[in-house]
Amino acid sequence: MTDAVPLVQMRGITKRFPGVVANDRIDFDVRAGEVHALLGENGAGKSTLMNVLAGLYRPDAGEILLHGQPCVLRSPSDAIARGIGMVHQHFMLVQVQTVAENIILGLNRPRFFLNLNRLEQEIAQLAGQYHLPVHPRAYIWQLSVGEQQRVEILKMLYRGAEVLILDEPTAVLTPQEAERLFETLASLTKQGKAIIFITHKLEEVFAIADRITVLRDGRVVGSTTPAETNERDLASMMVGREVLFHIEKKAVPPGEVVLEVQDLHALSDRGLPALKGVSFSVRRGEILGIAGVAGNGQRELAEVLTGLRKATGGHVRILGQEMTNCPAREVIQCKVSHVPGDRLGEGLVSNLPVDDNQILKDYRQPPLARGPFLVESAIARLAEKLIAAFDIDTPSPKTLVRLLSGGNQQKVLLARELHVAPNLLVAVHPTRGLDVGATEFVHQRLLEQRAEGTAILLISEDLDEVLTLSDRVAVLYEGEIMGLLPAAEAEIATVGLMMAGKRME
Amino acid sequence: MKDWLDVKFEKRLVPSPVITAVVPFVSLGLALVLGAILLLLAGVNPLTTYGAMLQGAFGSPEQWLKGDFYNLSETLVKAIPLMLCGLGVGIAFRMLFWNIGAEGQLAAGGIAAAGVALFWGTALPAPLVLPTMIGVGFAAGAMWGLIPSLLKAFLQVNEIITTLMLNYIAILLVEYLFYGPWKDPQGYGFPGTAEFVEAAWLPRLPDSRVHLGLLFAVLVALFIWLVLSRTKWGYEIRVIGENPRAARYAGIGLVRNIILVMILSGGLAGLAGMSEVAGIAHRLQKGLTVGYGYTAIIVAWLARLGPWRTLLVAFLLAALLVGGDQIQITMKLPAAIALIIQGLILFCMLGGDLFTHYRLRVQIRRRVVG
Repeated sequence: MTDAVPLVQMRGITKRFPGVVANDRIDFDVRAGEVHALLGENGAGKSTLMNVLAGLYRPDAGEILLHGQPCVLRSPSDAIARGIGMVHQHFMLVQVQTVAENIILGLNRPRFFLNLNRLEQEIAQLAGQYHLPVHPRAYIWQLSVGEQQRVEILKMLYRGAEVLILDEPTAVLTPQEAERLFETLASLTKQGKAIIFITHKLEEVFAIADRITVLRDGRVVGSTTPAETNERDLASMMVGREVLFHIEKKAVPPGEVVLEVQDLHALSDRGLPALKGVSFSVRRGEILGIAGVAGNGQRELAEVLTGLRKATGGHVRILGQEMTNCPAREVIQCKVSHVPGDRLGEGLVSNLPVDDNQILKDYRQPPLARGPFLVESAIARLAEKLIAAFDIDTPSPKTLVRLLSGGNQQKVLLARELHVAPNLLVAVHPTRGLDVGATEFVHQRLLEQRAEGTAILLISEDLDEVLTLSDRVAVLYEGEIMGLLPAAEAEIATVGLMMAGKRME
Repeated sequence: MKDWLDVKFEKRLVPSPVITAVVPFVSLGLALVLGAILLLLAGVNPLTTYGAMLQGAFGSPEQWLKGDFYNLSETLVKAIPLMLCGLGVGIAFRMLFWNIGAEGQLAAGGIAAAGVALFWGTALPAPLVLPTMIGVGFAAGAMWGLIPSLLKAFLQVNEIITTLMLNYIAILLVEYLFYGPWKDPQGYGFPGTAEFVEAAWLPRLPDSRVHLGLLFAVLVALFIWLVLSRTKWGYEIRVIGENPRAARYAGIGLVRNIILVMILSGGLAGLAGMSEVAGIAHRLQKGLTVGYGYTAIIVAWLARLGPWRTLLVAFLLAALLVGGDQIQITMKLPAAIALIIQGLILFCMLGGDLFTHYRLRVQIRRRVVG
């Protein structure tokens, strides 16, 4: 079913960003009628490579051949004109317009008069041809996420896409919706389309891919087919690198139970079950790592524990005290610190100065406040102290947080959350987007906090980080814990399998 | 090959202090030049006209030497409601609560204060009349602001719509009252209530209409400045205004703050209404709701929500309004010309603000056909 000449060939693609080589001499191709899975951890360079193919980035070196002919893709519209369409993880749809209106959005035709009836017929026909049932007159806001994704795919097909790039298309779908997507993809390839499927879920690769290419640290580490490999091998190809730096981890005897979570249930923003009966406990001086692919309930877990999301069932106890569904303020008063995953969006007020950010959690109490007033001198003292203690590189305590580097922003946040000697620390992706130096600093601080007797729940997508820092590791998959084991006994391949949904008891 | 100009706005990382200082003057200059073209077309000398505007708003040195501060005092009179309403909407805007209902809140305050003066003016001991009017006027404005804030806090109803709609209700209620039930029986059919007893008049500066409301405005600005820079509450308002998600994360109560801030915001507009009826008209009549509440939105924005700047901007805007009125009289210019000049100045000032946050970049790009 595959042609001799690949539809798309990428040769020696190199793309550098300041300080990193996102793609390092990558070769990649896709033929008509096949699904080529692009597998790799976050930051492995998958999205960069595909953004090059979709015309969003220009490669620093290398060439792209379409039907064997070299070509330069200047922009996304240039790429789509040549038959390459990308469906992004976050949909680019106008909620208040209909399916048909969204599909023609940005097109140069029709030039002036809009014959919506004819257009709707065309779309309905296209939808029928590729088994993408959506009603052309439905408004986007009426559609489920799965249907919206179909609209995105239709949008690309209507523009004549021969190659479809799907960036982690199942990340936002329910299992049933994912199943339907796979059926659609099968019918697309049957009709000669080429599909590039970006993912880090192993089972999906085996469900639909004809070929697999694995990226790690911007390089191709292997190309194979589902028949020639197995989940275990793929997992180690994907994540199985040596730990970059080794951290001195002192033995700390775990103390009393600080956090106890029992049969916890919660819904996601979309109202779907995000946590389905999660139970675990964390003791003083212990780091419990929660591994897993993002979107499997990690954010919801952190939010329920910190009072930012309602639990729909189960219990959260802190030092034996029932804290289920307590407001955030009471949780803070129980000395529960929270390093949220979205640092700038949630954990910091980027348009306020460093000192205002340092007092965000305890501006209510003395010595920072006296009656209704804030005590300027105490705030200044605290800010100076934290800037020194956490080595925050800022021109002054009055500098706006948004002007600091990512690493220093995270230090501002950590300083605030750690200086209160918390009973419990919930840290979500604490090193995401940080450079090696800042990452090491954060790791060091987490271990120090552990030595001081804080119970730490470390939620991270970075497996190395979880395995190096944690005493015990649990893996979240679709809102359930796939297994809980001592970090010392956790093999990367085993954890990788659990991340892909294999239960280990 | 084809060259083209690539023009784009780039956001500045930090607004440059020099630009921030210079932009208002350049904007004003541009507005005056555009206005001059218009005035030339209308067949009058632009310089004389602008001179007349200045004189109308502030008076002239000769007048000052003679102890005549009439024009300046009229500008201050107009500035008072703009100051109070501007401070009110400014504090709500700080928290991203888009209160565009100052006009209605002002009307509510005016009605309530007038009610006190008309019905209890003689019953209350004289020294208590004004304080009661202040309290009731503030409370009525606060109530008018409270309705949309409760709807927003508990039902997520868009406050832009509710505050705007409540304006019409309050404005028409004022008219209904002075045309109807509260109309002065001895007023020879003139629409308006009876004049208040003197105990209900706000004290004025000698030989002018400048009343005690000016002191209210200054005290309120001081209060807001203190709240914002020195108190826990002000800190919460700043955090919510800059990042509501972070506020939630820190356990700051959004509902509580929306309600409190709108009580203050509406109350200040209510105070403006009270001081208008008690300081200027001494009765409820046409002329209470002439758009101060709307102009206050522009005042708050131009002042970048700073309380002291709000006082200054309100004064300058009042000068623009009074100056515009004056050239209709002294230069015999049609009202439309005065309004166009006012509009040009505001348009350029607000438009120029863009350049404090963005810089314009023009590049010549060369298209390579490949």
